[in-house]
Amino acid sequence: SLAGFGDLMQDVLWCFSQVKGTVDIGVTEADIISTVEFNHTGELLATGDKGGRVVIFQREQESKNQPHRRGEYNVYSTFQSHEPEFDYLKSLEIEEKINKIRWLPQQNAAYFLLSTNDKTVKLWKVSERDKRPEGYNLKDEDGRLRDPSMITMLRVPVLRPMDLMVEATPRRVFANAHTYHINSISVNSDYETYMSADDLRINLWNFEITNQSFNIVDIKPANMEELTEVITAAEFHPHHCNTFVYSSSKGTIRLCDMRTSALCDRHAKFFEEPEDPSNRSFFSEIISSISDVKFSHSGRYIMTRDYLTVKVWDLNMENRPIETYQVHDYLRSKLCSLYENDCIFDKFECVWNGSDSVIMTGSYNNFFRMFDRNTKRDVTLEASRENSKPRAILKPRKVCVGGKRRKDEISVDSLDFSKKILHTAWHPSENIIAVAATNNLYIFQDKVN
Amino acid sequence: MFVRGLKRKCFDGEEDIEGTLAGIKAIPSYNLQRQSLLDMSLVKLQLCHMLVEPNLCRSVLIANTVRQIQEEMTQDGTWQMINTQSTGQACLDRLVSTDILCRSSREQAEGKHVPGYSAFNKDFEGDQAQDSSETMSTASSVQAPRNLQSNVWEMENPQENKGNFQKSLDQIFETLENKSPNSVEDLFSEVDNSYYDLDTMLTGMMSNTKMGHCDGLETFSSPTTPASNSNCKSDLNELDHIVEILVES
Repeated sequence: SLAGFGDLMQDVLWCFSQVKGTVDIGVTEADIISTVEFNHTGELLATGDKGGRVVIFQREQESKNQPHRRGEYNVYSTFQSHEPEFDYLKSLEIEEKINKIRWLPQQNAAYFLLSTNDKTVKLWKVSERDKRPEGYNLKDEDGRLRDPSMITMLRVPVLRPMDLMVEATPRRVFANAHTYHINSISVNSDYETYMSADDLRINLWNFEITNQSFNIVDIKPANMEELTEVITAAEFHPHHCNTFVYSSSKGTIRLCDMRTSALCDRHAKFFEEPEDPSNRSFFSEIISSISDVKFSHSGRYIMTRDYLTVKVWDLNMENRPIETYQVHDYLRSKLCSLYENDCIFDKFECVWNGSDSVIMTGSYNNFFRMFDRNTKRDVTLEASRENSKPRAILKPRKVCVGGKRRKDEISVDSLDFSKKILHTAWHPSENIIAVAATNNLYIFQDKVN
Repeated sequence: MFVRGLKRKCFDGEEDIEGTLAGIKAIPSYNLQRQSLLDMSLVKLQLCHMLVEPNLCRSVLIANTVRQIQEEMTQDGTWQMINTQSTGQACLDRLVSTDILCRSSREQAEGKHVPGYSAFNKDFEGDQAQDSSETMSTASSVQAPRNLQSNVWEMENPQENKGNFQKSLDQIFETLENKSPNSVEDLFSEVDNSYYDLDTMLTGMMSNTKMGHCDGLETFSSPTTPASNSNCKSDLNELDHIVEILVES
């Protein structure tokens, strides 16, 4: 059942459920989580990291004996998705970091997901094996080949039960289609195609065909000196398989219809909020750059994240968003410092809850924020080991912006900008969230009454 | 990009300001802050030269910022003056607080009180500051107090660690600002490894092999930019030639 805390007009209390990852002070760079995604049922939760690995957690069956455990997530499969590569033509390394994971809807016993680094998309099949054939004629139980001349009788191999094994195999590799860095992948609602977007181009793929892709958006100027804008994110509409959106570094969103023309250089809709001239500074463009765009589950709205805000747009209104939420406006006076240390370029993601009533995004100091679209209430929570007692209720956090700091508040200057929450995910139908804090994955659930 | 915490280098207007004139940490003028932002942005673009292809989005955003500053400075009339003025001080010292730039023009207009602005008119920047106050561009409606100066950095500004980084920064800016070395020996005496990185970087820009993603940087070779790439190239060719001779001997 869909639960959003706006529906019942009462506050949801979020509790700590689990944390995955080590507590070491020194973080190995390869362990930094770079993407988090629930599958369509919420049974599986996948993470990708900088080291190119994918870890899939599976929710255990709820037990009548331990109802309070509410189905914990345990490791289901771990595999190396991408390896570092070297581009000999440009003398540059290609990072193995997993930029995005997207699940395909389940159509049989196996699970399928797409994972991508900067250049190559891969389709992985994750399947269970709990039986194995025994009694081969031409090889013995250890797998060693038998001498055919020594075989005197034939037998039929039989399947015998074995310990459950989960294996991940790469079924397709979609390579050599992107000159620039892939920032997004999105599975189409037809389940036959998907798109991959890099800084300047978007390609459409058929899952069955790896040696061809169809270019549907190209914003590369003839003269690269004239480049002033790049694509930052892209997504297919959840129901209309001909419609997709892409966002740009200038704070605009374009909605395209693939039926109108082969190359979707002309948008069907163009979403842009007029700039407030009194708020203009040298950093205006940078902070307007959209780092993430997500359709609502209903398909009626899109949500965008820029450096300081989250905005909700109605697809029928292009000239301004219908809602704007301040994530951490106290940073507005610190933009100079944040430009200097490059934090201003951090790409935060944003997510909808299952009923599209609540939106969530991350911030610094391991804080993350939720906004209830109906009640207009918001809350700041923290992912930290200190709040990691089982079923401990998370206490709302507050940043003090000036004047007297109260006991539990934290001042802006004390925020730790190395602890950034860029990636979060929300279970498709329940109040369960996954929050990636550097190398740790936190899972929070709402309080069970 | 390695992860760092927030630096405390910027004055954010909330620090305590001592009472005496000599002890006042006056906040630099808008022009200085803008110049500092420009310098910082150029340095960020230089650091494009890494093993892994850097972020095109970041490069484009920084290049756009540089372009904005250049446009404003061109309208100001300050662009040409900056480049003819002799840089007695190392450019690193000019990376001052850019606090004013963070404030919206509305806040400026409201005359928000920023503690620490000094009223003395000692001219640090030479004629530039006074001239630019008259020719202040309307494109930017920021009204920074024109009479404040930052004499402070001639005083006992704590010396930054003048390691190799500063040296290479000097060299980067020297090259870009179209300053030819006084003598071949001077140029050679300052060479260190980072200079060769600059060499490779600029060659890469020219030939578009390594720096395909940094093509946006070619805007610097546009007519409005005094720094000319061809001059850099001739300087570097000269350097190559010198090094070749020395290595062979």
